[in-house]
Amino acid sequence: MSKTFECHKISEGQAKGEVLISTDDFCFYLVDPQTGVVIEKNHCLYGQSIAGKILLFPNGKGSSVVQTDGMFQLKMKGTEPKALVIQNPDTTLVASAILMEMPMVDRLEPEFYQTVQNGDLAELDATNGVLKLLGREERE
Amino acid sequence: MKLTAQEQAMLDGEYGTGVQLAMKVQVAVGESYDAPYMVPITRAHVALSNQEADLWFVEKLVNGGAVCRVRPTVNPSFNWEQFKEFTTLEAEDEEIVRRTHEAYKKIGAIMTYNCTPYLEKNVPRFGEITAFSESSATPFVNSVYGARSNREAAVSALCAAVTGVVPYYGYLLNENRRGQILVEVEAEMKSDFDYQLLGYCTPKKTGFKLPVFSGLKNPGKEALMNLGAQLNTGGNVAMYHILGFTPEAQTMEAAFQGKEPEAVVRITQEDLDIMRGELTDPYGKIDFALFGCPHLTIDQIATVAGMVQGKRLAVPLFIMTSSLSYVLAEKMDYMRIIREAGGWIVSDTCMDQPCWKFLYGKKGVTDSPKCAYYTRRRQMQFVITELENAVTAALEGEITL
Repeated sequence: MSKTFECHKISEGQAKGEVLISTDDFCFYLVDPQTGVVIEKNHCLYGQSIAGKILLFPNGKGSSVVQTDGMFQLKMKGTEPKALVIQNPDTTLVASAILMEMPMVDRLEPEFYQTVQNGDLAELDATNGVLKLLGREERE
Repeated sequence: MKLTAQEQAMLDGEYGTGVQLAMKVQVAVGESYDAPYMVPITRAHVALSNQEADLWFVEKLVNGGAVCRVRPTVNPSFNWEQFKEFTTLEAEDEEIVRRTHEAYKKIGAIMTYNCTPYLEKNVPRFGEITAFSESSATPFVNSVYGARSNREAAVSALCAAVTGVVPYYGYLLNENRRGQILVEVEAEMKSDFDYQLLGYCTPKKTGFKLPVFSGLKNPGKEALMNLGAQLNTGGNVAMYHILGFTPEAQTMEAAFQGKEPEAVVRITQEDLDIMRGELTDPYGKIDFALFGCPHLTIDQIATVAGMVQGKRLAVPLFIMTSSLSYVLAEKMDYMRIIREAGGWIVSDTCMDQPCWKFLYGKKGVTDSPKCAYYTRRRQMQFVITELENAVTAALEGEITL
């Protein structure tokens, strides 16, 4: 069963991949660029890889420099997420996503957050503001 | 967004690809905040970082023909000449720092290499619209001076310096400068370090809401620097008010713009004590001491000099400061005193730079939680405590409770 949600484009592009949900705010600098694994102590994704995922998180965090560099290093190593779905944009995160050409959207309705689960397959068309959840059974 | 003819021409590439990219970033930021238009800036500070993405971006702008319309001051990288006195730099690290230097010079930046521009060289007036990146700088200009800056990224501040404008959103609007949560500080606030803890602790209770502190008595510039830097590192909070102290919070009425606080929270001594315990690595033997995140002021350098005068440090001690404070430290003999004790003062340098490789894998003492936060990636451990305690630890080679 697939389900389609509207969203608001911040940074254009398309992506299809597995959803990974962070309930904590996210700093790309505290990720190991070699592996894409989160190295921030006490983070809910500590020890998990964000590489190739459609990453959901509420807010960015970290100083005005490190988000961009963190994302850049992941991109150089090919361990970056495929797309970002966020709740509250901030200047650093928006500028970084544009420069790194990383699709990013926000303004998903509450129902999306009630429906989506870790591991769901999702198809994002950021340019046109559409996010499709393909569910788990269609993953194979 | 509604753009002027000139802004549209920038976006269309008529001023070259560098200016075009800068405007593209700013329009995207503006649109994500539903900004109606752009407004001119008169000051900017760019958190130059000398990291790969930083160099990549500034060279891309320079190669695209961009020159800053508003010349920004810049954050530290590292002073390769001073470092050669006590360590060996890797060729690739020196190359990147020199390349960054050249690119920023070309784009028209003023090469201050200092993360406290708001104390010297780039001091805005009340109400001035600016683009300040750097986590200690944005809160300082917003809160202490009442100037207006959003929480700019290093890259968006550079884009603003190039285009001379910023999207009109966020802290540029009166209504977004309204205090939201009253934070009653019941802790004693004995030292500047307590303001570091307060800054780290507050977002845990207030989220990303704009805090209004009550109960703070005449904090000095170091305390204010610390409070802002940690608020902005621990959360994304680039503005605060202090009741009866900062310019937009002379009264409750002014601070909350006539509304009621959305909530009232209390911060006690116990909260700060718990925070202190969470931030620090375990006490014990240390290998070095490192200060200056943000850059130490000349007064803080004087404190260190006073404590080590005529003594011998058990472990090396490093102080990062501005080039002005560096020259002052020479003139005022602090440099000689600290050098004779076995310590070093460096200018133009940030903690988060590859010049510190000789400390990787070691354990240090510092007064800055922010310093320790970013060095997780460098396999460095830090005991975090008051400046005075940390200097004592450097004299003794260990720190005990």
